[in-house]
Amino acid sequence: MRREPFEAIVAQYGPTVLRVCRAVLGSSAADDAWSETFLSALRAYPRLRPGSNVEAWLVTIAHRKAIDYLRAESRQAITVDELPEPSSKDGVPGGWEADLWAALRALPLKQRQTVAYHYLAGLPYADVARILGGSPAAARRAAADGIAALRKTYLEGEPE
Amino acid sequence: MTTARTTLADDGDLFAALPEVDEEAQRRLHDRLVTAATEAGILDVAYRTIDTPVGLLLLAATDTGLVRVAYAREDHDRVLDQLARSVSPRVLRAPARLDRAAREIEEYFAGRRSLFDLPLDFQLAHGFRRTVLSQLTHITYGRTASYAAVAAAAGHPKAVRAVGTACATNPLPVVVPCHRVVRSDGTVGQYVGGADAKRALLALETAA
Repeated sequence: MRREPFEAIVAQYGPTVLRVCRAVLGSSAADDAWSETFLSALRAYPRLRPGSNVEAWLVTIAHRKAIDYLRAESRQAITVDELPEPSSKDGVPGGWEADLWAALRALPLKQRQTVAYHYLAGLPYADVARILGGSPAAARRAAADGIAALRKTYLEGEPE
Repeated sequence: MTTARTTLADDGDLFAALPEVDEEAQRRLHDRLVTAATEAGILDVAYRTIDTPVGLLLLAATDTGLVRVAYAREDHDRVLDQLARSVSPRVLRAPARLDRAAREIEEYFAGRRSLFDLPLDFQLAHGFRRTVLSQLTHITYGRTASYAAVAAAAGHPKAVRAVGTACATNPLPVVVPCHRVVRSDGTVGQYVGGADAKRALLALETAA
């Protein structure tokens, strides 16, 4: 049975999962979500069926960890408009990278998720729909709305 | 994946300039994963590499002990794939877990260590090969033995060829000293790390 060392999985998909976590949760919570995702994945890895789509599997785990985090956050009554301060982890402080993460964070959750899973992780809408529930068409619409909003909030006023 | 990526040209240009990899974050998160996996008891195979006079060596350990030492000519990626298949796919680069083994091997190559004092995991050697490997530890530093002598010591005087195979497939070269087994005519014979590496180890041990 062909099974890659988990180290290769971390090297190949770690950066993508981090981008997804940052887009959905912001940078400070993203580290925790990434860590819990890969620890869970390592635990389950020997049972993963060979030939599985590893990226979709990891994004699915990351999605659940993000939901757990957001639930815990809302229980602690931390308001959503408390956006994380752009930090150096997001790139140049106050620079365009930080602005983009902040703009993503301002989207409604569903749009943020569809944009992250489709555009950052590169999953087709069928996979995005499987992760989020709902139809591929709905996922596509949410992502399109998210992109349109990002264009307005983030790109407006910038030279093309 | 590919279909989605090709559509990025229209909408994904928003993200086009985002860095694909944040090296500093990946290092930090990798360290954190190793720590958490160790605490959870699910880091089944830890590995690192170490630079030596006979080239880059791969060291891998389980909870039981050192399970694999591999020369560069064995192809470290291929060796890690084998470990993932035969031991566990829960394989991570975790240098700290191999600090002691690395230190002892460095001392050996510096001529300051003649005996390894490390827990070993022989799970990659079976049957007669394993019997042969346990015999090898009786050949002390600076000495050599012939394949025939090792076969006799292992209780099968006629199994000279099988001793050769056991040495050639030794999962723990350097530490389990198959390099000290030479041909009866005095030539060094073959070695998993190449004949040059075998000569280098024997020269190191006679010089000390």
